Amino acid sequence: MAEREVTWGPRGSHTLIGKEVSRIDGVEKASGAAKYTNDMNQPGTLFARLLTCTHAKAKVTRLNVDKAKAIAGVHTVYLFKDIGENAECNYDGELVAAVAAETADIAEDGVRAIEVAYEVLPHVVDEQDLEAARAAKRLKYDDDGKEVPLVDRTVGDPDKAIADADVVHTGYYGIHTISHMCLEPHGAHCTWDESGDGPKLTARHSTQAVSTTGPQFASQFGLDASDVRVICNYIGGGFGSKFAADIWGWAAAQMSKDTGRPVRLMLDRATELKTPGTRPSGFANVTVAATKDGKITAWKSHHWGTNGPQGGTIDGNQMPYVFDPPNKHVVSQGIATDCGPNRAWRAPNHPQLCAITDTALTDLAAKLNMSPVDLYKANLDQLDDTAKENSKLYAAELDRAAELMEWEKKWHAHGKGGNGPVKRGLGVALHRWGGQSVKCSSEVRIFADGGAQASIGSQDLGTGTRTVIAMVLAETCGLPLEKVKARLGSNEYVYGNPSGGSITVGSVTGATRRAALEATGILFDKVAEKYKVDAKTLSLGDEAVWSDKKKVCSWKDACRLIGPEPITATGPSPVADGLTSKLVGGVQMADVSVDTETGVIRINRMVAVQDCGLVINEKTAKSQVYGGLIMGIAYATNEERIMDNNSGRYINADMETYKLPRIGDIGELIVEFYQPDSEYNRGVVGLGEPPVISTGAAIANAVANATGVRVPVLPMTPKRVLDALAQA
Amino acid sequence: MAKKRVVTTTINGDTHEFLCQPRQTLLETLRDVLGLTGTKEGCSNGNCGACTVHLNGRPVDSCLVLGVEVEGAEIRTIEGVACGSHLDEVQEAFLEGAALQCGICTPGFIMQTESLLDENPNPTEDEIRFYLAGNLCRCTGYDKIVRSVQCAAEKRQTANVGDH
Repeated sequence: MAEREVTWGPRGSHTLIGKEVSRIDGVEKASGAAKYTNDMNQPGTLFARLLTCTHAKAKVTRLNVDKAKAIAGVHTVYLFKDIGENAECNYDGELVAAVAAETADIAEDGVRAIEVAYEVLPHVVDEQDLEAARAAKRLKYDDDGKEVPLVDRTVGDPDKAIADADVVHTGYYGIHTISHMCLEPHGAHCTWDESGDGPKLTARHSTQAVSTTGPQFASQFGLDASDVRVICNYIGGGFGSKFAADIWGWAAAQMSKDTGRPVRLMLDRATELKTPGTRPSGFANVTVAATKDGKITAWKSHHWGTNGPQGGTIDGNQMPYVFDPPNKHVVSQGIATDCGPNRAWRAPNHPQLCAITDTALTDLAAKLNMSPVDLYKANLDQLDDTAKENSKLYAAELDRAAELMEWEKKWHAHGKGGNGPVKRGLGVALHRWGGQSVKCSSEVRIFADGGAQASIGSQDLGTGTRTVIAMVLAETCGLPLEKVKARLGSNEYVYGNPSGGSITVGSVTGATRRAALEATGILFDKVAEKYKVDAKTLSLGDEAVWSDKKKVCSWKDACRLIGPEPITATGPSPVADGLTSKLVGGVQMADVSVDTETGVIRINRMVAVQDCGLVINEKTAKSQVYGGLIMGIAYATNEERIMDNNSGRYINADMETYKLPRIGDIGELIVEFYQPDSEYNRGVVGLGEPPVISTGAAIANAVANATGVRVPVLPMTPKRVLDALAQA
Repeated sequence: MAKKRVVTTTINGDTHEFLCQPRQTLLETLRDVLGLTGTKEGCSNGNCGACTVHLNGRPVDSCLVLGVEVEGAEIRTIEGVACGSHLDEVQEAFLEGAALQCGICTPGFIMQTESLLDENPNPTEDEIRFYLAGNLCRCTGYDKIVRSVQCAAEKRQTANVGDH
């Protein structure tokens, strides 16, 4: 077989790769034709509604569903809880029962008709008050009952380094829990059908993991994995929270099995906020020390927070973030709260680590009368093991971000943000992420009629996965984008990785490139034989086969040589062939105005300079960064889960009071990829998560620079801003 | 349970007669009775705009309107905007301007934008941001939506000039 060299080819040689290409599923999405899980309403579909626990900690003492079942139109009631062994509810919003009925309204009637009673137990939902958690015995303890931290790590001699330092800064920082708030909630539409040869269970599931949730359904019901088909062509947000079949997916499947009807079970909005995961909180006392020229010599931090009943918090092993001074002592403690559990949230741990580290470093810089950009640059020779390869990259990205922000022109010393009530200031933060491709396959087929298709059991979260697969296939075959097909969204295709960890673009494009090169190599053999040319000289472009710049035949003529059996090749990921690699940096800067009379923060400009190796589709890649910035603005300024200590309930679980930015709350956003040839040569690295990491810290630092006052805890709501100003 | 009512209405230019319960929202009726699932469900309490449709020429959150209230009304949904697979200027601008990612909020934004441009063919950036403030997007970039609305307004004006 003619072996085609496995590379992306020289930079600038492409018709599609690296260009700004509109997403290929855009017509379906813009016209309303795209069907999401929540749109599935095949004939006979029953609609499910949920009964959830209304207490933070309780035992179900009575649960009678007879009246619900007696309602005309109610077909079945599924119990997540019951009196007896499975009676305990551990947070507000935990699922108790589901009712499936002819319409959603009838299902709601059914839920209301369920007789439920609880024995209410004492609760703890305060994630910020460490002493209260200690008094309530909600920390971690050893076998002797002695309180032990989750992490207690010492490097060097931090106390001596602090004593010897020219400047020492001590501060308190924190960041509250947030929810994923997917606009399409979690859920599944399940059809159980044992009548034919097909799969017994079809789960149209809102999932980030088409290829791996099937076995989770199968094992729950004693089915073979091959008996479960999982379909997800479109998904309305996941952000790390949609990897599992989940108990509500199992419930939908069970209710379909019991009734012989398709069942659609989507979480309602309140339950969507409370139940399928949150991002853990962290609150920290930090001491950081430096020489007078800004070299950080020591870091000490003690942080605590919650990830719900498990009693975790943000990862102490990665504190401080990116920077790695020679002397440090890090302690972390988790509070086991009666709040909803956590799940991976876009760049797990990193935004919180950054919001604690980069804020403290900016305050240290202020104490040194330095710009934080200069402080960062002074410490690029002491980065942690993961980030240390990024040293030169950060320097270049800091320079470029400063240019785009007009940093030199706008910069002023700490607290000199103007004499009027509205103060203006600048902030900066930086981040790192892995983004290495993982196990994934792509099957490429080329047909005798000239058709070409790549299929993967992957999913497109809106990130443009479908589009980049098609771009790589079209580029490799020398075809226009509209003449190839990219298929995903079904576990009947070859295995695709779950989309989490910013690994998908590298995984699917690497696998597709390898498969397409192999398939076209087979095609080259056929062309070489027919047209008496050397297969090694052949290339593809402009819908034709070329030999040393001379046209041999058209693509269609070449494909006519294939015959009835299409050429099929399956490409793997990951392979160490240079198509993909890992590790990105990224720098963000914020220019904000703070109204010191109302506490309202306005974003004037955000700058994001991001690297991600070779950019396949600059348009969809940029959208990821814009989206990251906006999510960052959200958790920096308004977005948080609010737990009520008295009732133990999540009291803002709706779209009115769970405050997200609106279109008028976003200032000017400038996004640029850092992509010199050295980046191109690294191959593809994932991008989805890093742009959300440093936004919060950059905005918090800009607020501090504007006002001269640190608003210590994110989100910086108007009340927290005014409180901080009043206490200053 | 109250009896179902017969409702006659015009949806995207076609007359529809359907049965719905008095308590069913227009959103639920469109999606689950008539199968018009292009109109999306976000919050079901009027806070996200994902379910925006036009009711007698005005944009409404269809989750806040009852199905029985649209007797005799003219409804326009996202399915009535494109002509086959031929997108209109607003849809085209959203697609080209990368103003959509996951796409769940997109039909609502497009319907709200159609109303804006009907009322005000040449809106300022502030007017765009004010008019679209009721629509929530979790993952895209509001910035790109604003640019796409500006682009659609320009395209539509150019097309109208060409018509004369």
